[in-house]
Amino acid sequence: MSSPNSPTQLELSLPKLAGRRPTRFAVIRFPGSNCDQDCLRALREDCGYAAEYVWHQESSLAGFDAIVVPGGFSYGDYLRCGAMARHSPVMKAVSEAAASGVPVIGICNGFQILCEAGLLPGALLRNRSLHFVCAPVTLRVESVDSPFTSQCYAGQLLTMPVAHGEGCYHADPETLRALEENHQVLLRYVDALTGEAIEASNPNGSAGNIAGICNAERNVFGLMPHPDRAAHERLGSEDGKLVFAAMAEHVAGLSVAKR
Amino acid sequence: MKARVTVMPKAAVLDPQGVAIRNTLHHLGLPGASAVRAGKVMEIELNSASDDRPALEAKLRELCRDFLSNPVIEDFQLEIVD
Repeated sequence: MSSPNSPTQLELSLPKLAGRRPTRFAVIRFPGSNCDQDCLRALREDCGYAAEYVWHQESSLAGFDAIVVPGGFSYGDYLRCGAMARHSPVMKAVSEAAASGVPVIGICNGFQILCEAGLLPGALLRNRSLHFVCAPVTLRVESVDSPFTSQCYAGQLLTMPVAHGEGCYHADPETLRALEENHQVLLRYVDALTGEAIEASNPNGSAGNIAGICNAERNVFGLMPHPDRAAHERLGSEDGKLVFAAMAEHVAGLSVAKR
Repeated sequence: MKARVTVMPKAAVLDPQGVAIRNTLHHLGLPGASAVRAGKVMEIELNSASDDRPALEAKLRELCRDFLSNPVIEDFQLEIVD
């Protein structure tokens, strides 16, 4: 048993966080979100950050350091995935936070919502196979220059699950070229053994095996794989923690810079 | 007033649903089906006085672009049917 003043196991395992105010994450909840609980649990229990749900009717995200738009089937995926959620009141606050430099991550349906909202370029189409895919995938870190991948090394292979029916990333050729030139592709689906981006390792037909992209300012990130479902060894992978840890490190850097 | 909005995937966008429908048409005895594109149609009924129809139509067109279709992947067609 530890006394109230002695460090907890978590603090010991995350020494850099000692003495620091925990990063405050907002987890946005839409009607039909279903990975909101996964995100909250991963952030609070697996990573040791502060995290709160924010209902989609809220109009303010004041006091939060980072924003998570979780996966699910917001509004039943009616019309297009994310098309309804994108017009929820909270999305105005998300856009404003993004414009002010707050790190925003959209996971799965969250990625679709950020694309619909115009915070990220492109769109997610029906999987090329037309099948819903639910499987662990291997991802290669393509750029470590972001508040989401700074805790990885270039070329690092990560394992996370995907679970989606509409994850085929599409953008016009000019946009794709710009994404590649600016190193905005942060994650790519690759072969687990060779680390090569081949067709067989592409679960949904995405252009260029793209699994996750950031905006030009690099503070908005969308990805189809689930870091929230890969944040504990009992889930088969803890690689997702690297993504959330990078966000927390970024926030800590910003607060130091402000002082 | 009634409007009909037709939303279709852009020609350059992969339409796996259309491909699957075409393949099934082949199996069902229509080998000549060379291409299928699958989109959606929405019929919208509006309460309107006749004099504000141009304003309604303009608003509808704006929402076709900003909500009912996604210009990244889809084209829309707006018809006022009565």
